[in-house]
Amino acid sequence: MIVTIGNGASGCYLEGMMKLRSKKRTLTLSTLSIAAATILLLAGCSSSSNSSAGTTSTPGAAAGGVPNVPLAKALGQGEGALNLIAWAGYAENGSNDKTVDWVTPFEKTTGCKVNVKIGNTSDEMVTLMKTGQYDGVSASGDATLRLIYGGDVAPVNTSLVPNYATVSDFLKNQKWNSVAGQMYGIPHAWGANVLTSNASKVTPAPTSWSAVFDPKSPYKGKVTAYDSPIYIADAALYLMSTKPDLGIKNPYALDDKQFTAAVDLLKAQKLIVGEYWADYTKAVQSFESGNTLLGTSWQVIVNMVNSDKKVKVNATVPVEGATGWSDTWMISSKAAHPNCMYKWMDHIISPKANAQVSEYFGEAPAQTLACAQTVDKNFCATYHATDAAYASKIYYWTTPTTTCLDGRGRICKDYAAWTQAWTAIKG
Amino acid sequence: MLWLVVAYLGSLIVMFVAAFWSTNDFTGALVRKFTTNNFHTLITESVYRTIAVRSIVVASIVTIVDAVVAIPIAFFMAKILSPRWRRIMVALVLLPLWASYLVKAYAWRTIFSEGGVLAWVASPFNIHTPGYGLGATTAVLAYLWLPYMILPVFAGLERLPDSLLDASSDLGANAWRTFRTIVLPITYPAFIAGSIFTFSLSMGDYIIVKIVGGKSQLFANVVYDNIGTAGNLPFAAAAAMVPVVTIIAYLLMVRRSGALDNL
Repeated sequence: MIVTIGNGASGCYLEGMMKLRSKKRTLTLSTLSIAAATILLLAGCSSSSNSSAGTTSTPGAAAGGVPNVPLAKALGQGEGALNLIAWAGYAENGSNDKTVDWVTPFEKTTGCKVNVKIGNTSDEMVTLMKTGQYDGVSASGDATLRLIYGGDVAPVNTSLVPNYATVSDFLKNQKWNSVAGQMYGIPHAWGANVLTSNASKVTPAPTSWSAVFDPKSPYKGKVTAYDSPIYIADAALYLMSTKPDLGIKNPYALDDKQFTAAVDLLKAQKLIVGEYWADYTKAVQSFESGNTLLGTSWQVIVNMVNSDKKVKVNATVPVEGATGWSDTWMISSKAAHPNCMYKWMDHIISPKANAQVSEYFGEAPAQTLACAQTVDKNFCATYHATDAAYASKIYYWTTPTTTCLDGRGRICKDYAAWTQAWTAIKG
Repeated sequence: MLWLVVAYLGSLIVMFVAAFWSTNDFTGALVRKFTTNNFHTLITESVYRTIAVRSIVVASIVTIVDAVVAIPIAFFMAKILSPRWRRIMVALVLLPLWASYLVKAYAWRTIFSEGGVLAWVASPFNIHTPGYGLGATTAVLAYLWLPYMILPVFAGLERLPDSLLDASSDLGANAWRTFRTIVLPITYPAFIAGSIFTFSLSMGDYIIVKIVGGKSQLFANVVYDNIGTAGNLPFAAAAAMVPVVTIIAYLLMVRRSGALDNL
């Protein structure tokens, strides 16, 4: 049975409005009938809510809290269409760059027409997945568990994904993509958030995050930061090395004192920030126009800025280390095209496609055989693709929860607190 | 009429009810249990007051700038142009509304950008342009909503008999005095009507400030962030009550001016 959790208010309103529309003609104009209609609408909502009340749960409550969504047993024919939510650069069909295309070959072999909706932040992806209108998502670690425990994604039968066998072992059955030994997705690739700087105007190129946190920065007003609550972790990561007495062990597990320190650091940083970015095209444009000279970004943004050769930017993983992502393709529990989604998951981690996407985005491919298919033969070495020790040093985006991720108990700030703090930081 | 009432008031009521719900901290699933926590947070956290005040100030400045800019244009259209040119001018005022809002917003982003048109014009005079920020946001909002101010003011001025202006100058009043004691008191409701548009449209806008506002945010961004980023619909609903209440308060204020009778 599919438990309908978190089909959200939108579906509920819609349902209510449909009821109203059909009633429209028969109702006479009187306040009474409007009141009645409103009550009907609300009643329609609350009746469906009861079923979800008992099944939602926090992650601390063990695997029992995971909604029971059935596992696919066999695959059928493709349904002819596929609706994806993806990070920018994850599902390229040649429209941005003719040579960058791994969607068209997929469409040709499977007959699944791919529609891509770009998600700008993990939060946006979770919200979009809750609509149930998409078949799958390339979720980062700060979204995966929320989707799993929200019942928005289905477990994945990895035996139906042949290319899964050769995926790097250190990406399988991890705490962000599986629950109790059951995979909830297929690992895609992983990488770090990079410190980016304008090569001609910022010299020497900074090698420490202090460049973006120093209140006396010479680049005041030209610094950028990522516009999402998860960016608080970047401040926490910086504090790990600059204020060791705070005792931060994991930038996603912050108690009151550590959290306040990170928030204060970001409030001070706001004085030198010129612009926050969430839309990656805005970041590209800001670096190109010179409005932004310095700040955190992704390798794909760096590649896009450098591709037209007008402005050159440097990108580096600073000495303090970096936050990063480990992305997983997940299938919606309400997928309208599950067969196409399974075919896509197999395609995107096939050696050729996985090499293309990770080389384009600038991240380490999950598929070990992809290393033989990259254009740059040193690519996997540069990105430490098969280096488990290196991979363990990046602090992957994870959803902060009240139960501390580093095992200190229930004293940490949860994501709701992070979100409200982020509004306060921006002021 | 019924449809209008249900669609408008119904959705407002649903939003009001949803404002008393909450979401599960982790999965973001809706919890339909009555709580006043959302309003409590809105009122006790000073950051929301700061943002609310900032939004009201920006909306007010946009309204004042639009009113000041609209006067000469509307006066020129209503009193000086021939009826034929008047029609053409009305079409020209409306023309920008035919272009996409986003195109105009991004055009302004390049205008305000480093080395953009504005910086280029200002550089010979050694003026440093502020770039993105609240100033840019106010300017772009004022530009976008200007037609909504010009049209009602133009309609108000058109109804003002020329004989009153002639009489005023015959009695020795100068242009400023005529404007202050004759034109303004009679066309006052028209300005109020225009201000309802400019003020409420500015209060509800979150895109312009995202595009040209630099690191700034307005109240509509709080609503947007809680839907798009946090997925916290109940808090967004509670936050959305702030502009709603502000605009209702504004409408109640202007109702006394009689401007609403002319709409």
